[in-house]
Amino acid sequence: MALKQTPLYGIHRRYGGRIVEFGGWSLPVQYTGIKEEHQAVRTKAGLFDVSHMGEIRVEGPDASAFLQKLVTNDVFQLEKNQVLYTPMCYEHGGTVDDLLVYKQREDSYLLVVNASNTEKDWDWLQGNVRGFAAKLTDVSGETAQLALQGPLAGRILSNLTDAPVGGLNYYRFMPEVAVADKKVLLSRTGYTGEYGFELYCRPDDAGDLWEAIMDAGQPLGLLPAGLGCRDTLRFEACFPLYGHELSADISPLEAGIGMFVKLDKGEFNGREALHKQKTNGLARRIAGFEMTGRGVARTGYPVWAEGECVGTVTTGSYAPSLDKNLGLALIRAERAGTGQRLDIEIRDKNVSAQVIAKPFYKREEK
Amino acid sequence: MKIPKELRYTKDHEWVRVEGTVAVVGITDFAQLQLGDIVFVELPGEGAMVKAGESFTVIESVKAASDIYAPVSGKIVKVNAALADAPDLINQDPYGDGWLVAVELADGSEPDGLLDNDAYTRLAEEGQ
Repeated sequence: MALKQTPLYGIHRRYGGRIVEFGGWSLPVQYTGIKEEHQAVRTKAGLFDVSHMGEIRVEGPDASAFLQKLVTNDVFQLEKNQVLYTPMCYEHGGTVDDLLVYKQREDSYLLVVNASNTEKDWDWLQGNVRGFAAKLTDVSGETAQLALQGPLAGRILSNLTDAPVGGLNYYRFMPEVAVADKKVLLSRTGYTGEYGFELYCRPDDAGDLWEAIMDAGQPLGLLPAGLGCRDTLRFEACFPLYGHELSADISPLEAGIGMFVKLDKGEFNGREALHKQKTNGLARRIAGFEMTGRGVARTGYPVWAEGECVGTVTTGSYAPSLDKNLGLALIRAERAGTGQRLDIEIRDKNVSAQVIAKPFYKREEK
Repeated sequence: MKIPKELRYTKDHEWVRVEGTVAVVGITDFAQLQLGDIVFVELPGEGAMVKAGESFTVIESVKAASDIYAPVSGKIVKVNAALADAPDLINQDPYGDGWLVAVELADGSEPDGLLDNDAYTRLAEEGQ
């Protein structure tokens, strides 16, 4: 299958991006280096191309009711121009995807889904929509997305727009503002654990928008940022990544994001199974750990405790902001308490680790 | 991308500098650029035997673990212990402070069979 390119592909090449395959897309894993880009986002700002994300519009009189049935968080609590983060589950409690729900009007929503899940989600939504007066449209192809993340993101943006971006609260959005004379949907969201924005625009405008933001931000230390640091940043903030901490086999409760599962909101897909999980207690959960021995844990490595295999690493990496080798692992719940000792099997050798609190990194609120 | 004249190379992007009966081994500038920020090196023990073409250590970048293959056969007589605390020396100075191990050559002529500067330059350019 041919790899898909975002409208910014040429720009990535020009900026020295090292292009890799990700979820069927050709995207830059890094430009100058993962650690440097990671640090820029934590201390100044980084600009990401996240145009690979999928976008699905849901409209119609039953749009709210339909989404309420499909996702685990409470769509009815959502106000206009507000964003909701939510898992979407199967009847058995496993996760179809985790997504953002943008409420654009009373009867119109925009779903932003993981790139590699777009087709699956589309089929899942279509397969569930019968009986609801709601219409689905895949608008991924007409939507590009940039993420401007970091403490200086607001300052950079305010050089390019008259909109009061500093007053935009977390998980709120402006449906239509001009940034560098381009029409964008501007949202106070992100996947880095930093202050920042995501900008949705027309594919034809993405290149000019990128260049305008880079021009405004470079004097302040803005760097183009690739998928490599997007992963280390989200990992430090302990945001789950679908296919790692969430999957058809891992429920949001096991992933530790039960606050986005509203069991008392009424009927929804997976409610019964999730309710049962909660009532009976979780058999396994995602725990954070620090390598106390020398080694880097990686996805798929077995986790041991007192000679017994208790689970698997879901993400492991060097954590640049903490200068430590850390990991997330799906392990038996009785082994997941903070301070518990684990062994990570690295290339047939057990290396010691210890369960630590999540998140690993939390930005200071100003 | 630096490719010093006096060294010998493998197609797997390791370099060798022969000093008498000992071969100092590292990874090339091309290799460190490809790997990106190096965060961990699993150093082998001194005295361990290595065989040309076989993995003798693992270098981990932020993204992934990569096997490093021995360019020559023999006994490891010295290991660059500085890499334990400063694995990024490989990024900063791959042909100098970022060396990996010194190998007592089992066969002193073995390095002659490796790639010279010209051959490796062609290979690295194709790989870019």
